[in-house]
Amino acid sequence: MKAHEYQAKELLAEYGVPIPVGGVAKTASEAREIAAGLKGQIVVKAQVHAGGRGKAGGIKIVSTPDEAEQAARDMLGSMLVTHQTSPEGVPVNAVLVAEAADIEKELYLGIVIDGVAGLPVIMASESGGVDIEEVASTSPEKILKAYVYPGLGVRPYLARQLAFDLNLNKEQVKSATELISNLYKLFEAKDCSLAEINPLAVTTDGRLLAVDAKLNFDDNALFRQRDVEELRDVQQEDALEVEAKSKGIENYIKLDGEVGCLVNGAGLAMAVLDLLKQVGGNAANFLDIGTINDPDRVVQAIGIINSDPDVKVILVNIFGGMARTDVIAQGLVAASKQMEIKVPVVVRLAGTNVDEGNRILDESGLNLIRAYSFKEAAQKAVEAVQKSN
Amino acid sequence: MSILVDKETRLLVQGITGGEGSFHTRRCVKYGTNVVAGVTPNKGGADLDGIPVFNTVERAVAETGANTSIIFVPAPFAADAILEAADAGIKLIVCITEGIPTLDMVMVSSHLKQKGARLIGPNCPGVLSAGKCKVGIMSGDIFLEGNVGVVSRSGTLTYEAVNQLTELGIGQSTCVGLGGDPIIGTVFVDALELFEQDPQTEAVVLIGEIGGNQEQRAAEFIKDKMSKPVIAFVAGSSAPPGRRMGHAGAIITGSSGRAQEKIAALSEAGATIAMSPAEVGITTRKVLASRS
Repeated sequence: MKAHEYQAKELLAEYGVPIPVGGVAKTASEAREIAAGLKGQIVVKAQVHAGGRGKAGGIKIVSTPDEAEQAARDMLGSMLVTHQTSPEGVPVNAVLVAEAADIEKELYLGIVIDGVAGLPVIMASESGGVDIEEVASTSPEKILKAYVYPGLGVRPYLARQLAFDLNLNKEQVKSATELISNLYKLFEAKDCSLAEINPLAVTTDGRLLAVDAKLNFDDNALFRQRDVEELRDVQQEDALEVEAKSKGIENYIKLDGEVGCLVNGAGLAMAVLDLLKQVGGNAANFLDIGTINDPDRVVQAIGIINSDPDVKVILVNIFGGMARTDVIAQGLVAASKQMEIKVPVVVRLAGTNVDEGNRILDESGLNLIRAYSFKEAAQKAVEAVQKSN
Repeated sequence: MSILVDKETRLLVQGITGGEGSFHTRRCVKYGTNVVAGVTPNKGGADLDGIPVFNTVERAVAETGANTSIIFVPAPFAADAILEAADAGIKLIVCITEGIPTLDMVMVSSHLKQKGARLIGPNCPGVLSAGKCKVGIMSGDIFLEGNVGVVSRSGTLTYEAVNQLTELGIGQSTCVGLGGDPIIGTVFVDALELFEQDPQTEAVVLIGEIGGNQEQRAAEFIKDKMSKPVIAFVAGSSAPPGRRMGHAGAIITGSSGRAQEKIAALSEAGATIAMSPAEVGITTRKVLASRS
């Protein structure tokens, strides 16, 4: 789960990480009021869940409250299109208004989980302010890394080592040591999957300041992070994805093709996308129905796919393990009774309880296109799309 | 032979009285697995079809000599269940549970290293040695005993691959589902090492997916240490970057996470690549035919 920059900064401040003075505004007049209380140059930043805001016009430097109001008015209510968003963009419903820092040097500081080591890793670099992936691929030696062991946390020496290697002066080393330790405390306390300050500015008067920040959270840990879940801004997400989530279909991702997919298991669902492409089709969505054996979930999933206007055929491909194919079959029958499915449905069942699953479908009298193999199912789905065109 | 599980396996089921736990315990028994005990706190003294249920893993191990555990405990309590099994001396722990917080797994994996216990998963379908033993949730009837090892990050895609092999008459030694989470106990390299040493296994099918760089590490192992042929498929070539594709670990965050990078590394290391998920079986048949 993602949070907005202003939410991330509020959490940083709570954990003792210095952030620029400012506030969040939902209206242009609020922006003006905040700006009136600030000193020097002022930055107005569109709050969206996407990077690349600067180049897309989502960040403006202004000098007066009037200008801040105007910049906010231009941004609020608009759709911001960056290289990371869909062509429609994402809505700007809030702007962050803050003092623009006088920056001498831009550093990078981030914490992620390193899956190979099985540990959180703190990354720091003197090459901040740019895309860190870029730095990692072109000059990996510029990224400092320190692993954090559970139980030990960030020991003072570890943070100090990073701070010295960032070539900071004596006073800055002291505050950087504290800052790194505090960022890790936040990472751990809130079950983050990413905590990133980029840039971490060294200001002309020698202070460290989190000028931009990004926090992502572990979806698996939201059950114990209720306050984090409240930071969710569904307006930044795809409407169908939000609806799917509200119905308990966690793993639905809207894509741009025409074959609506209902698959069990993430690997198989990805493989279905790959296979569709190879036989000349394109998926309208990724959907891993998961392993909860409840026919009603299938009904909900079919409902989501059926409400997507891009969908010209529904492809159900289930290889039962934990998921039972008979339950899927019951769900399909129930869905066809509860809603009008206007597009052809291709079904392929295999694995756990497949005989019972197929029997339920055979006896249902539903007009389904049946397939025996995975490839046959993908081909029949693509044929159905071609027929409908 | 085979790897990890066989007729010597004495299985303990943690979460045996739950819906999924009891359903899959019965199916493991039906496959021929020696299920010796179950554990559900506060249900000690009960039984499932004659399999005794204990309150703690420690008690279950002491009474039954269980040497392997499978975990069906809900996500908020699963890390605790893994630690309980390791502390009771279980050396092979298979965790089926999906949705365990990553930081819980950081703590667990560091502890398991000290205990010398092997974890398979979490968020995995388990391990099955064809014709011998099933410690997992796979549908047993798609497997055929034979000489191809299968290792995968995905559950259902493993079934798909195994099904293709079986339909072509190509049997399997052991199938290992590693799990789809960012932190898993056993990775490709570990499984490849076991298959390389296993006399029954003649070739290995490796099924990877986007995210992380375990496939690249497997490629290094294949290049340097592996004498047996490897057939590989990597899922997610058409996945959009930055999105979590169902598995918590299946997200492209850097170039090393992309399917194309993984396929290139595996191919360069000498693995034979199945370009389509529907061609894992026939690609394996070709590789086996070229060797005999």
